[in-house]
Amino acid sequence: MAVTLDQTIAQKQHTLLSRIFASQTFWVVIAVILACLFLSFATDAFATQKNLYNITRNITFVAIIALGMTFVIITGGIDLSVGSVLCLCSMVLAVTMHAGYSIEVGIAVSIATALIIGAFNGILIAYLGFPPFVVTLGMLSIARSLAMVASNNTVVFQFGPDHDKLLALGGGAWVFGIANPVLYMILLALITGFTLRWTKFGRHIFAIGGNEHAATLTGVPVRQIKVAVYMISALAAGIAGIIQTGWLGAVTTNLGTGMELQVIAATVIGGANLAGGVGTAFGAIVGAALIEVIRNSLGLLGINAFWQGVFIGGAILLAVLFDRIRNFRRND
Amino acid sequence: MAVLELTNISKHFGAIQAVNDVSLSIEPGQVVGLMGDNGAGKSTLVKMIAGNFRPSHGTMQMDGKELILHKPVEARQHGIEIVHQDLALCNNLTAAANVYLGRELRRGVGPFRILDYAAMYKRAGQIFAELKSETRPRDLVKQMSGGQRQAVAIARTMLSQAKIVLMDEPTAAISVRQVAEVLNLIRHLRDQGIAVVLISHRMPDVFDVADRVIVMRRGRKVADKTIASSSPEEVTGLITGAIEQVL
Repeated sequence: MAVTLDQTIAQKQHTLLSRIFASQTFWVVIAVILACLFLSFATDAFATQKNLYNITRNITFVAIIALGMTFVIITGGIDLSVGSVLCLCSMVLAVTMHAGYSIEVGIAVSIATALIIGAFNGILIAYLGFPPFVVTLGMLSIARSLAMVASNNTVVFQFGPDHDKLLALGGGAWVFGIANPVLYMILLALITGFTLRWTKFGRHIFAIGGNEHAATLTGVPVRQIKVAVYMISALAAGIAGIIQTGWLGAVTTNLGTGMELQVIAATVIGGANLAGGVGTAFGAIVGAALIEVIRNSLGLLGINAFWQGVFIGGAILLAVLFDRIRNFRRND
Repeated sequence: MAVLELTNISKHFGAIQAVNDVSLSIEPGQVVGLMGDNGAGKSTLVKMIAGNFRPSHGTMQMDGKELILHKPVEARQHGIEIVHQDLALCNNLTAAANVYLGRELRRGVGPFRILDYAAMYKRAGQIFAELKSETRPRDLVKQMSGGQRQAVAIARTMLSQAKIVLMDEPTAAISVRQVAEVLNLIRHLRDQGIAVVLISHRMPDVFDVADRVIVMRRGRKVADKTIASSSPEEVTGLITGAIEQVL
């Protein structure tokens, strides 16, 4: 029977199942599940409520920043300043509250700091054409230095009149015994996923990552969107900083050192492409989860902590290797 | 009445005279081949019609009303659509997403509006059917042939009520079979009463599909005649300067 043009056009080339099997994120999820199953049988300490509580909470800080980073990476950019921005926002919050202001004022000032830094990065990149790597590398240095200036390089552990509120915000477990940071992470992941898939803004982010020139020619407001994604990235780092301050109960100026690399690793493991145009909210969370499970398992299995870097680095290469193998097959 | 009429249009960049005193008019449903060597002023002329440049002198009229463009978006609002030479497609998006890029359909109320995937797939599918192109709206552009990619770029021009479509070298880098597809797409546009300006180096394509040919050399219009009254030899002579001018 002849196939009409309309039938061809209406045909779906990929079923839902084939799309799932083709995604890197799916295989990383499988890896996380297998690792968890293995650890549950191999060690007594893994599948305890205490350990799972710790793991899920530890995932959140990297995961929340990875959600913001996902926006930047989809546009084809990179934000190296997130670790320092986390530190600066924590410090601004701590210093403001230590000076006797309420938690609301502290959070507002901290968030405003994040947005200003993000806007500064974004404007340099989008309007003055600076390479994202260079701008955010500069900001990595600037933000940490500012955190030292703000605190005079001391440890802040007294947060004024609202001290207990801040600790409850980050360290509590208000719903079903799930750590608060995990709840924030889930909420932010849902917002991110929705934005990327269902809004015009999300669609334009993917378009910029796919072909920036084409996006410009078709009337996408490329510059404004680029500024927005760096603001979102800095905002995510700021939010993570506020939550982490509440959880730790103290802020030092080396908070979040090297975190940018963990965050980028999480997004890449989760399936985002540093060349731009590809990335998901779920992938960012799953990538962060895999890193944390590796870290946790090495400790439980009694493997020397110095090996951590080898395993996490190996996971990055392995995740990208799967992607390469699929591409080779497609190109044949 | 002419859909687009240019009167004594000139454009200079400093001391360089890119387009010099060009007048032309284009009727609805007419396919005009715009030919000329590199640097003859074709692209500059097209960029003025597309709103990228403003003319230094002269006026443009659309449907008898004066046309002043400051930005490419304004050209689109007036019903002038452009198919860029590199097609301006995003490989990581679906065909439908590319067709609607920059003017996505949304549903919902007030600020709570989400992308209307179903409507965009449906309408994009209808346009591909109209174009008689085997292009699936849900497929990624990455996986498409040159002809399908052209169909996606041309489908964009059919979203709104385009009056004139400017195509920059649409057949430059694709296979023979795909060239035939693209020429068919141009005929479909023409049959809907849309005027098409086809900028091309390829003589056979222009003589195959165009009604009229305009030749430019060193910023000036040196010929403007019907295809029937011209020949590839004459046009070659006009492009190279072997024939000075036929008006």
